[in-house]
Amino acid sequence: MPCTGKVDIIHMLRAFEAGVDGVYLVGCEEGNCHFLVGNLRARKRVERVKGILASIGMESERLQMYNLSAGEGTRFVAIAKEMTERIKNLGPSAISPQKEKLKILT
Amino acid sequence: MVMGEGKPIQEILSMIGDKKKIIVAGCRGCVTVCSAGGQKEVEILSSTIRLAREKEGNPIEIREETLERQCDPEYLEQMRGYAEDYEAIVSIACGAGVQYTAEKYRRIPVYPGINTNFIGVTLEQGVWSERCQACGDCMLHKTGGICPITRCSKSLLNGPCGGSSNGKCEINSEIECGWQIIYDRLKELGSLELFEEVIPIKDWTTSRDGGPRKIVREDLKS
Repeated sequence: MPCTGKVDIIHMLRAFEAGVDGVYLVGCEEGNCHFLVGNLRARKRVERVKGILASIGMESERLQMYNLSAGEGTRFVAIAKEMTERIKNLGPSAISPQKEKLKILT
Repeated sequence: MVMGEGKPIQEILSMIGDKKKIIVAGCRGCVTVCSAGGQKEVEILSSTIRLAREKEGNPIEIREETLERQCDPEYLEQMRGYAEDYEAIVSIACGAGVQYTAEKYRRIPVYPGINTNFIGVTLEQGVWSERCQACGDCMLHKTGGICPITRCSKSLLNGPCGGSSNGKCEINSEIECGWQIIYDRLKELGSLELFEEVIPIKDWTTSRDGGPRKIVREDLKS
């Protein structure tokens, strides 16, 4: 994606439909969006999807948004580890993985 | 436009019950503009329903359709070839669209996926406000283009009432007094003489009280 502002609600939902255990969006720091509000829009959409997941009894923690700059490689690693740990603790999603859908996502 | 907003997903899931094969039908009219029932919302609702059902180990097949309008028969006919192969239709059109879909497809149940709220305008992205109650006898020429039926909480024809305070309505300090804004607008227009005219008792027979209304245009009828 050129910007997290391009990520729509349906993209996140489709990832969960494909059976992924967790999704995280990594956008630029707030206030530093090249398109001004792309990352702020993404955060609002993440919150909406978290609400949708909670409304059907799925753990909203499976979805997370992070903000960091492109130069923060070390922090990106820390975030990846944090998210991986979180998903391991939550266990697998209740949605069984669907290889065909996963293939489309990758 | 006709404004609506999505029903809680649990309410929709409860309507669908144990059905295995449904259509989620959107509308490209008003509900697309107010982000309640267009193609995007069809996709989001369908995905949410599938996730909920998959989670319960009870998968569901959903055909996603968005018609040009659900209030016109020619567009509703587009589902004729396949609709009755499904067990139900969840329509996320306005109440008129849901009803017309139900009228045209009589063998399967049609469920409302949104609540239809009002006829209104877009104040800003994501914020809408009511402007018209479709009373059937418009009087906006007398009130500076501001509808007292809609904008006054009591629908007073000769306001404001004693509950108007600092331009706000007594029912909620965030709601503007309809008659204050009528006064201000008439003053801007230099037409305060209209404010002094007593508006007579309204003929409500054109409104909802006479049952469902109908318009017949002989010049247009086939």
